[in-house]
Amino acid sequence: MAMLGAITPVLMAGLDGDNSWSLKDYVARGGYEQLKRILINKMTQEDVIGEVKKSVLRGRGGAGFPTGLKWSFMPRSFPGDKYVVCNTDEGEPGTFKDRDIMRYNPHAVIEGMAIAAFAMGANRGYNYVHGEIWELYKRFEAALDEARAAGFIGQNILGSGFNFELFAHHGYGAYICGEETALLESIEGKKGQPRFKPPFPASFGLYGKPTTINNTETFASIPFILKMGGEEFLNLGKPNNGGTKLFSVSGHVNRPGNYEIPLGTPFATLLEMCGGMRGGRKLKAVIPGGSSAPVMPADVIMDCTMDYDSISKGGSMLGSGAVIVMDETVCMVKALERLSFFYHEESCGQCTPCREGTAWMYKVVHRIENGQGRPEDIDLLNSVLGNIAGRTICALGDAAAFPVQSFLKHFGSEFEYHIEHKTCLVPKDVQWAGSGFHKIPA
Amino acid sequence: MLEIEIDGKKAQVPDGSTVMDAAQQLGVYIPHFCYHKKLSIAANCRMCLVQVEKAPKPLPACATPVTNGMKVFTHSDLAVKAQKGVMEFLLINHPLDCPICDQGGECQLQDMSVGYGPMKSRYTEEKHVVFHKDVGPLISMQEMSRCIHCTRCVRFGQEVAGVMELGMANRNMHSEIMTFVGRTVDSELSGNMIDLCPVGALTSKPFRYTARSWELQRRKSISPHDSVGANLVVQVKHDNVMRVLPRENDAVNECWISDKERFAYQALSSDARLTRPMVKQGGGWREVEWNVALDYVAHGLKDVAREHGGDAVAALAAQSSTVEELYLLGKLMKGLGSGNIDFRPRQSDFGSDFKRAGAPWLGMRLADIKDLDAALVVGSFLRKDHPLIAQRLRQAAKKYTKVSMLSVTADDQLINLHANLSVAPSQLVFALAAVVRAAAEAKGQAVPAGLENVQTCDTSCRIAASLLDGEKRAVFLGNVATQSADATRIHLLALELGRLTGASVGFLGEGANTVGAHVAWALPSGANARTMFEQPRKAYVLMGIEPEFDCANPQLAIAALRQASLVVCMSAFKNDPALEYADVMLPIAPYTETSGTFVNIEGRVQSFNGVVKARGDARPAWKILRVLGNVLNFEGFDYQSSEEVRDAVIGQGVEFVPGLSNDVNDLLLSLPAAPVAALERIADVPIHFADPMARRAPALLQTADARAPMLRASAGTLAALGLVAGEQAKVRQGEGVAQLMVQLDDKVPANCVRVAAAHPTTAMLGAMFGEITVERA
Repeated sequence: MAMLGAITPVLMAGLDGDNSWSLKDYVARGGYEQLKRILINKMTQEDVIGEVKKSVLRGRGGAGFPTGLKWSFMPRSFPGDKYVVCNTDEGEPGTFKDRDIMRYNPHAVIEGMAIAAFAMGANRGYNYVHGEIWELYKRFEAALDEARAAGFIGQNILGSGFNFELFAHHGYGAYICGEETALLESIEGKKGQPRFKPPFPASFGLYGKPTTINNTETFASIPFILKMGGEEFLNLGKPNNGGTKLFSVSGHVNRPGNYEIPLGTPFATLLEMCGGMRGGRKLKAVIPGGSSAPVMPADVIMDCTMDYDSISKGGSMLGSGAVIVMDETVCMVKALERLSFFYHEESCGQCTPCREGTAWMYKVVHRIENGQGRPEDIDLLNSVLGNIAGRTICALGDAAAFPVQSFLKHFGSEFEYHIEHKTCLVPKDVQWAGSGFHKIPA
Repeated sequence: MLEIEIDGKKAQVPDGSTVMDAAQQLGVYIPHFCYHKKLSIAANCRMCLVQVEKAPKPLPACATPVTNGMKVFTHSDLAVKAQKGVMEFLLINHPLDCPICDQGGECQLQDMSVGYGPMKSRYTEEKHVVFHKDVGPLISMQEMSRCIHCTRCVRFGQEVAGVMELGMANRNMHSEIMTFVGRTVDSELSGNMIDLCPVGALTSKPFRYTARSWELQRRKSISPHDSVGANLVVQVKHDNVMRVLPRENDAVNECWISDKERFAYQALSSDARLTRPMVKQGGGWREVEWNVALDYVAHGLKDVAREHGGDAVAALAAQSSTVEELYLLGKLMKGLGSGNIDFRPRQSDFGSDFKRAGAPWLGMRLADIKDLDAALVVGSFLRKDHPLIAQRLRQAAKKYTKVSMLSVTADDQLINLHANLSVAPSQLVFALAAVVRAAAEAKGQAVPAGLENVQTCDTSCRIAASLLDGEKRAVFLGNVATQSADATRIHLLALELGRLTGASVGFLGEGANTVGAHVAWALPSGANARTMFEQPRKAYVLMGIEPEFDCANPQLAIAALRQASLVVCMSAFKNDPALEYADVMLPIAPYTETSGTFVNIEGRVQSFNGVVKARGDARPAWKILRVLGNVLNFEGFDYQSSEEVRDAVIGQGVEFVPGLSNDVNDLLLSLPAAPVAALERIADVPIHFADPMARRAPALLQTADARAPMLRASAGTLAALGLVAGEQAKVRQGEGVAQLMVQLDDKVPANCVRVAAAHPTTAMLGAMFGEITVERA
């Protein structure tokens, strides 16, 4: 865990021990105190949701929707089954924060979900774990066993009469299952395909019952919000961007890894924490919020602070907080080719624009990268992505279109160069030098 | 009610409507592929994107709920740009070879690409190729590259047919529609997927590349295949029926038809048709002119009637005969001094004859099935006997209707059943009596006389309770109940159950014109369908039936026919067994070649015209009967048209026939003596062997439903009989022996074996629900 400098982590504080994921360690860190407080002091559902609202905790999965508001959409008094679902289907390229929460602090997720379930009157929860992090699925199952044995989940928790059964469910690695309604379909045992909304999960969710789905980090933040109070959590960050957030920094920095910093921290500070650019090279571009966020050129991102509003003002989105740092050795055409392939491959194939459009975009970018580009291709790409964005059932269409759009917008000259000269603007040997994997041919 | 404005036109729509609903109400066309009014909303084709005021993005009309005051623009720049964008995407991987596509000319994608497609494709990459699949003899999935993934076929299977036989496998552009590894599509409603497919991906295997849609003339008709009377469009080229499609009628068949109705047409232009009148002379058959044949028949019948009395003549007609045919046949028999006419060859108990208060019918309208709170189906192979009624009950059961089955096998009806009880045929009457008793007890009424010794069980109490709950409930008597040796008792018990619970009582009906036959009074005043064979006659007239397949006891029927001096066989098809016992073969016109009237099971009068010229020398049966009447100098055979006959029977412009009633007078409820424990036969009529036309349709005969009958029995019964699944066994009824493969089927009640009727391999056997002996072959 890389937690450096004067910044104090919240979610990931005190995880230095050998068994930070065990119940014993979690309780020693003050874990499950908030659940106890709520249940024993008989806090009301409104109080809990009010506290979360005060914290201005925004969804950590990517959309940044205020969590307290989302919780208040749930028909709390609706009789019958209600569900809380945790989305640990962390599949966005560049994102690797939830797995570390699951690895080092799984009980924070369990406590957060139990509190959420209490606040929304749900008695059943699922944690949908990405299929490619099997060992963490096992670790979470072990944590569930511990929590069940200690009576923190199950029937009549802490003698309060509140019941909450929580189960882990692992997927098989499809990116689309991270989309909340596709995730619900997958839990139901169907093919992971997004549902058309409305109706939204809060009214028609898992098995057709009211359901709230939040990201792992969101749930893990809940105990800490209740511990320090919503206002204090908010003050950690900046107005409308409460709290600290984990950033998964990858790419051409000296120390890639997860960094928990307060929202509103300047990007320059984050870059510094990561040990600066690898080999002292110049920063070229940053994708600030996972592969579906538009790319930002160096000069724009250097003026931004790491929070929802600033990044949004800079023309991108904070997304899941996956910061992909690219230095001057990167060929942007090659980079986009890889991204486009990902979205083409992961499109669920349900609706037309995404199914057909992502493949088409990939083929065109692939063609340009391989020296087969045509002058009209840039217009064609812009037209195709315009026909995808905003026309699909779920956000995957947008996620596939934004990178293409932003790469063309900010680095269009590289594409034009590619088309004209049938080769990269960034020479191959420079690319290899930057990759760290290739030996420069003698 | 919500107010909405689409393209400047205002409308009031009910709460919960979508923009698409509102547009259809207003007559505004919004292009679409995946949307279908009878299927769930998928919103996956995105063709119906429209602009909605205040919405930043175009929204799919099919899935967007109307909000009050909503303004929608279907032809604005934003909407058209979105629609054109989707069309371009749909076309990039779609083969652009309409001239060689079987769907060409009737393809929604082709039509819409004219309106929304670009002149030239911007897509220069390789097109995606999807491998072809073989899913059986009816649906061709030869050109799956044409699929646009609208999933209508998938949703049809899940939602209407009740079984998900097709699904979309894989993801992204590698998605493809397929069956579960190597399986075929076996639903009895599968052909509707062909209609639903908006492109040339699913096409009709028998019709493929035999005609272009613009060469076809579309003519209205009515299905002769089951009691629903599905409305059809028969498509014709050069006096040949090329294919049969459903004609939408929400009150009757909605927009569906069964595969039998869709594909049986293949028999019409096949070599199996009888096209010339034939007379047996000196043991050999000779083709003759009509006047010769009719003279022969007229003299033959008159001679028998004169020498042996009218009672020596009997007539038996198929339930798919028209009102006109049945009426004239009855009149002819009357002229000959005979009351021996019947149309119920599979029935064995005629106890309610002369006691019925009216023509038996469904007891309600078909369209009202969806509003039922509970329904009990007694004695039916529901899915196979009445695919469209089963479909209606399936939809109803999805909402709130509690559908229960009480039958002789526990076949999967693909309906979410409230209760499912299966008993041996001889026990059916006792099981129903138990429900009656349970209903009486639940209501705190005295147990009806005769049922004092009946034992109720959990299931019978559950069924009774469901029938006592709610506003509208119904008891339906299926074909097994009608054909049972206890048919009258079952009928009386159902009436008693109806009286106790307030449920309506109805019959599902064995044939297309069951009600019409009652209305045409083709009922015996003398010998009925059973007694006319039990006490053999000198002369028989058979109209549209094949006794070896269509009779309750083929052995008995064939024996009687063999000893008769004159057997007149009116048939649309050559029938080899008939050549042995018949003396005259008269080629009659099937429903596509004659005009006539069917009255469906809800009493709906549906007249139709011939759609093609009669094949060869075949003639409409009503005309043949009319001329026979003339030759015999009988009064009242001067009709000039089938309409005249119909008007004489039913009257003009009647929509529903009057006089429908399932009540019975002067009969007392009683139970039979406990049956002797003997091995019982359960004989279903396999769907594609139920009528002479389906029996000769090659594609239908290759389906899973047309597999040769096997001896099916539960594990316990097999063990008791010393049989092993997969081996051969000999079954015997009277003189008849059949050798069949043994199959384990735990849906068959204990001490019963299921041996289907109406099939060449079992035609020599006896009673459908009688005793049977089995031995290892």
